[in-house]
Amino acid sequence: MKYKRDPELIRDVLGKKIQFILGDMACVYGGLLAGCSFFGGYPITPASEVTEGMARMLPRVKGTYMQMEDEIGSIASVIGASWGGAKSMTATSGPGFSLMMENYGFAVMTETPCVIVNVQRTGPSTGQPTLGAQGDMMQAKWGTHGDFEAIALAPSNVQECMDFTIDAFNLAEKYRNPVCVMADGEIGHLRERVVVPDEKDIKIVDRVPATIDKKKFIPFTNSQTRNSKVPDFPTFGTGYHTYVTGLTHNERGFPATDKQPDHEKLVKRITSKITDDIDKITNVEKLYLDDAKTVFVTYGASARPAESAMEMARAKGKKVGMLRLKLVWPFPYKEIQKLASNVDEIIVPEMNLGQIVHPVREYVEGQCKVVSAPKIGGEMHLPHELYKYLEGK
Amino acid sequence: MPEVRTADKLKKKYLREEMWPTIFCNGCGNGVVLDYAFWAIEELDLDMDKTVFVSGIGCSSRLPGYINADGLHTTHGRSIAFATGIKAANPDLNIIIFTGDGDCTGIGGNHFIHAARRNIDVTVILINNFTYGMTGGQLAPTAPLGSIATTAPYGNIEHPFDICELAKALGANYVARWSVTYPYQPIKSVKEAIQKKGFSMIEFLSPCPTAYGRRNKLGDIKKHWKWYDDNTILIEEYNKIMEYGTDEEKEKIKNKIQLGVFQDIEKPGFFEQYEKLVERLQTKKDKGMKK
Ligand SMILES: Cc1ncc(C[n+]2csc(CCOP(=O)(O)OP(=O)(O)O)c2C)c(N)n1
Repeated sequence: MKYKRDPELIRDVLGKKIQFILGDMACVYGGLLAGCSFFGGYPITPASEVTEGMARMLPRVKGTYMQMEDEIGSIASVIGASWGGAKSMTATSGPGFSLMMENYGFAVMTETPCVIVNVQRTGPSTGQPTLGAQGDMMQAKWGTHGDFEAIALAPSNVQECMDFTIDAFNLAEKYRNPVCVMADGEIGHLRERVVVPDEKDIKIVDRVPATIDKKKFIPFTNSQTRNSKVPDFPTFGTGYHTYVTGLTHNERGFPATDKQPDHEKLVKRITSKITDDIDKITNVEKLYLDDAKTVFVTYGASARPAESAMEMARAKGKKVGMLRLKLVWPFPYKEIQKLASNVDEIIVPEMNLGQIVHPVREYVEGQCKVVSAPKIGGEMHLPHELYKYLEGK
Repeated sequence: MPEVRTADKLKKKYLREEMWPTIFCNGCGNGVVLDYAFWAIEELDLDMDKTVFVSGIGCSSRLPGYINADGLHTTHGRSIAFATGIKAANPDLNIIIFTGDGDCTGIGGNHFIHAARRNIDVTVILINNFTYGMTGGQLAPTAPLGSIATTAPYGNIEHPFDICELAKALGANYVARWSVTYPYQPIKSVKEAIQKKGFSMIEFLSPCPTAYGRRNKLGDIKKHWKWYDDNTILIEEYNKIMEYGTDEEKEKIKNKIQLGVFQDIEKPGFFEQYEKLVERLQTKKDKGMKK
């Protein structure tokens, strides 16, 4: 379907401004609000409600929903749709995320804007399908082969499922990179109050379309119209005759499979186009960091019990704070470096055996103590379990 | 005398000359298939600004690179799923997929069967050389029983796919098979496939002297190409002999590979149906139906 974002129709389909909905459903809302017009998916717990929600709502806003034959096909169709001019998205969980890894890299290499929602469940393998986890955080960063930069957000509540899905589309469009919304089974299957933002309060970013003379256009180099490492986008069917390949390519898009300088130039551009903007992209929440001596560095679902533990400690006069990473990749290393020089200890609660604690340690560089607080098996940390890490402080 | 349709005549118009020379070996059939496509496109006067060529990985999948148009060279086996998304985003685009037997029916078999089943409006041009050419001649799902591959050094013991039978069974709107040794029928067939609404697929039998012919003792390039003439038969002829021929004649052709158009039907395509669904939902809404 040729699609034009119609804010009135979208609102009509979404309904009331204030609602009580599932985290998964909030990802659907975010997608529709952002202007998603193609969704290719395959059912998997605990992300199926995203797929089902899209099946219900996307045709009603005149977008295209397709249930593909598997997750490899889902992400492939999503990338294809993006080149056809759509804002596109898929949703999955661990096993499906694993299947998507090859084409995730293809999206990176071909600089294709698209959004992947991963409602994480425990693994490895089939794991605990209905239970939440944060075990794919490193997979989002390193899961496809070769060097690349990931962009990943981690919602801690249902409202953020909606807001971060909109952000994900905007980041994908701006940087021409796949963007992951790393939700989890806890938040995905949680029902909370959400406020659907008014049209005037939503920021929508669109990729910059190629407009210059077709003979002068160079598809895979710095923008020829702006000061940016992100090239303008030659949507298929607009006459630019662009060749798009996952092979290492030169600026014109043609294979350069045996040329070291071409590879280095390409991969350095598509990674630094993101890392150069780290200050603009970084998105953290800071609680009590002015005086805190012990700090939880958290993200996603595990931020919730950490916040409770922090409040319990504060009530007893302990100087505890929290730094919540709303955007986990690219890693907000400057925030960690700043923090490390001001505090005695950083505690990293995660629903895995310790993943984000590694980049934390890397950037703390021994300036303070770093403690991993893991919990696996599909149960969230309880506040008092995390409080134990604060005892004696 | 019919016009001689050489590749040369269309070169300027359709070739992406910056990509020249090709990666193809001497005696490879891929260029002939590209020729057929160019001639079909020329005769249909297809708008090259509105035509996208999609492929997976393999020698055959390199063809979009040589065409002056939009091209998406995807991952191994996945081209049809990518193409599905392109078509969904912009149904006005003509989508032509170049794929190999390994790409389409080995690693990509699942996407192939589901696109055919859904009747996605794309044209698949599948080049079957009985082998994994690009990687040096490993066993393909189309390799004849007993044939030699680097990964079947003692002869293939697996039963090969009949891709056209598979596509027919899936209800594809257009299914045909040709060999690159035929000069004109394939052009007409590619035209029909492109014009067809819904899923269309043409399988081209095409020699790979380097990775297949050499290993299977099919002789030099000339002999190898002749194998295709000697071992194929037009379906009309085949049916005639099977009905009216002598036992001797029947015996002679019974193992030949049939060529021609095997299926030509009109089933509504996926996106046609989808548009109707969207319209239906809008009318319901306009009538004030509940959400
Ligand atoms: C996921 C993956 N697995 C394996 C390969 C290696 N590979 C590249 S081409 C190819 C075979 C291609 O054979 P076919 O599709 O028949 O095309 P041909 O080269 O014969 O034209 C293989 C196995 C790959 N690129 N990606």
